[in-house]
Amino acid sequence: MAAVAMSAGMALKSSFCGAAVQQSGATAVAAKPQRVAMFAVRAGGYDEELVKTAKTIASPGRGILAIDESNATCGKRLASIGLENNEVNRQAYRQLLCTTPGLGEYISGAIMFEETLYQSTSDGKLMVDCLKEGGILPGIKVDKGLVPLPGSNDESWCQGLDGLASRTAAYYKQGARFAKWRTVVSIPNGPSDLAITEAAWGLARYAAICQDTGLVPIVEPEVLLDGSHGIDRTLEVAEKVWSKVFYFLAENNVMFEGILLKPSMVTPGAECPERATPEQVAEYTLRMLKRRVPPAVPGIMFLSGGQSEVEATLNLNAMNQSPNPWHVSFSYARALQNSVLKTWKGQPENLEAAKKALLVRAKANSLAQLGKYSAEGEAKEAKEGMFVKGYTY
Amino acid sequence: MAAVALSKSVFLGTGVAESTMFKSTSVVPVRGHIVMTSNFEKTNRYADELKQTAAFISAPGKGILASDESNATTGKRLATVGMDNTVENRQAWRELLYSAPGLGNYISGTIMFDETLFQDSRAGVPFVDILKKQGILPGIKVDTGLQPIDGTDGETATQGLDGLAERCQKYYQQGARFAKWRAVLRVDNEVLPSSTAILENAHGLARYAQICQANGLVPIVEPEVTLGEGDYSIERTAYISEKVNSHVFRLLNEYNVILEGILLKPNMILPGLDVPTPAPEEVARYTVRTMLRSVPGAVPGIHFLSGGMSEEEATLNLQALQAFGPTPWSLTFSYGRALQSSTLKTWSGKEENWDAAQERLVALAKANSEAQLGKYKGPHPSPGGERILQALRLGGAGK
Repeated sequence: MAAVAMSAGMALKSSFCGAAVQQSGATAVAAKPQRVAMFAVRAGGYDEELVKTAKTIASPGRGILAIDESNATCGKRLASIGLENNEVNRQAYRQLLCTTPGLGEYISGAIMFEETLYQSTSDGKLMVDCLKEGGILPGIKVDKGLVPLPGSNDESWCQGLDGLASRTAAYYKQGARFAKWRTVVSIPNGPSDLAITEAAWGLARYAAICQDTGLVPIVEPEVLLDGSHGIDRTLEVAEKVWSKVFYFLAENNVMFEGILLKPSMVTPGAECPERATPEQVAEYTLRMLKRRVPPAVPGIMFLSGGQSEVEATLNLNAMNQSPNPWHVSFSYARALQNSVLKTWKGQPENLEAAKKALLVRAKANSLAQLGKYSAEGEAKEAKEGMFVKGYTY
Repeated sequence: MAAVALSKSVFLGTGVAESTMFKSTSVVPVRGHIVMTSNFEKTNRYADELKQTAAFISAPGKGILASDESNATTGKRLATVGMDNTVENRQAWRELLYSAPGLGNYISGTIMFDETLFQDSRAGVPFVDILKKQGILPGIKVDTGLQPIDGTDGETATQGLDGLAERCQKYYQQGARFAKWRAVLRVDNEVLPSSTAILENAHGLARYAQICQANGLVPIVEPEVTLGEGDYSIERTAYISEKVNSHVFRLLNEYNVILEGILLKPNMILPGLDVPTPAPEEVARYTVRTMLRSVPGAVPGIHFLSGGMSEEEATLNLQALQAFGPTPWSLTFSYGRALQSSTLKTWSGKEENWDAAQERLVALAKANSEAQLGKYKGPHPSPGGERILQALRLGGAGK
């Protein structure tokens, strides 16, 4: 097979707006050796690694454990079991999660908050190393939170682009290999075109910067559960949002084989009287994805967004009853941590039981990813909804 | 529009009454129902039929015969075998194509020109009936040709939106079930296509697609990044094709076009004419990569245009695509020149060559059908041919 020649005229960064081709500083343009893989990679850059990372995270039977709560939000979790919000307690909690033996069988990546990325366990071992040894890739939340969006209908936008490139480079050095940025869209507030455009553009810029510095970006435009709208309306909004997201990702020359998505499932609003079965959620959600997500994207890791642990698992299971063009899995925070917190209660003697509880939930979702989950034998608490109206991260 | 109005879910085709759904608090799982989204899809009485038509055309082992050359272009083809451009000659030529025995085993639809859709065979049988008997759906070219975009370097816009809805209705009544609109983009190493050309062509395609769907015709969406002179690389074509597709789908979505009810007709990814022809495996690799990156799985079929490839090249490349499956859409063909070129030469307007010409057409269709299934073995009915190039023709008013 002939080598794929990478000529200067290849110009992957050229604009079609009449601007001349930019020789983007990449000097040596010798022919690259032929690859077995389907695609040709750009000269230089992290493309190969990004694709490998994304594929590893999107591996069968595995999903993401999201433990990237900001300090304030983590404080809420600790408060719910009567613990004070200090670094020692946050360390103890994250240590519990990061040192659960066997977790790597069900969890391929863990998203961390900045504090945790640089934190060590009480034995002095870096959290990132605990994860890596467990076969879990470390990820990092890089956005700087939601703030009000002027000129909108009381909606928000997500900050964090300033200095992002140097932050992601530093995170990469520390061992992170993927990143996450969460923006939101609210149906009761419209959503306005302005809010959707801002959400999509911010995600696209963030994704391009991440890929440039070696981190696989998780693309997360959360369509909030808040509202009394029906599932058809959610579908309509989700399709609008993802259409803009992919358009802007393409405008920013983001490589789709090196991203992951973190959508909300398509469900009725939390206050809608008509509920939906897991099969309906699956049908609507897969329809949306098939209409908007190019098959080149390797993995779709759903957020739980206030669903109960069992609900989130059942819905995921329903989506995996037949083959999909992309890996369909989970990136759960509350839906994996709720039982763990309640079991631990901050007591060292509950540590083993708490780790077991984490494994139970992780395994359940792993089975759901494979389409083999059954809700029999699930505890009552696992079925309790966790929707909080107006939830802020 | 009020969110409340939309929350009255509309599940059609299952007999579940709307009032029951709205009032009940426990949900009855309804399998096989239609999931509606936009108002356009909700109110479009052709929605189901569009999806069925698109699925039929893109079925495994099937492809499209493109025979929609305008009269002027058909005239050029006839001239190559010494025939005059008369209505009778055009009629005879299309009759040869549509009545070829067994064609329907490999061809699911044929795109026609306006004149041909309303034409009969020389014995007085309407072409649409002949095609129906063959199990081939009639399609119709609805654009009225290319016009230059002033101030650009030879770039074009496609015309045809005015009165399109009425024309679609007329065509549907005549028996057409799908339509085609060809947008053309030029590519080079540096400045082509311009953003102007991309936006203009993407907009035209999206408006056309929506109008077609509103009137019962499955739109073939054809954003052709055309094979042209120059030494631009295969990577360049791939990059530009991705960009163009991104704009096209963005606007299709904006116009609420039902993606399960369209077909895409893109170019395969090829370098400029001054670059040596790449091997099928390389073409396939770039082509499938581009499709994976830009075409949502809801689209049922991707029907590649032959656009200058020789007949054998078109078959070999089609076959090579299948090695990169499975894919959510079928990778198949909508070939004009690659099915007609040697067929026409074989006939050359002579009655004594009629059967042989029909056999050539069916052999070519069969080869491509097998290639779509990944089962083509050769030898090719038209081995070793040259590229079949045609200049971009401007100024048409659908004539």
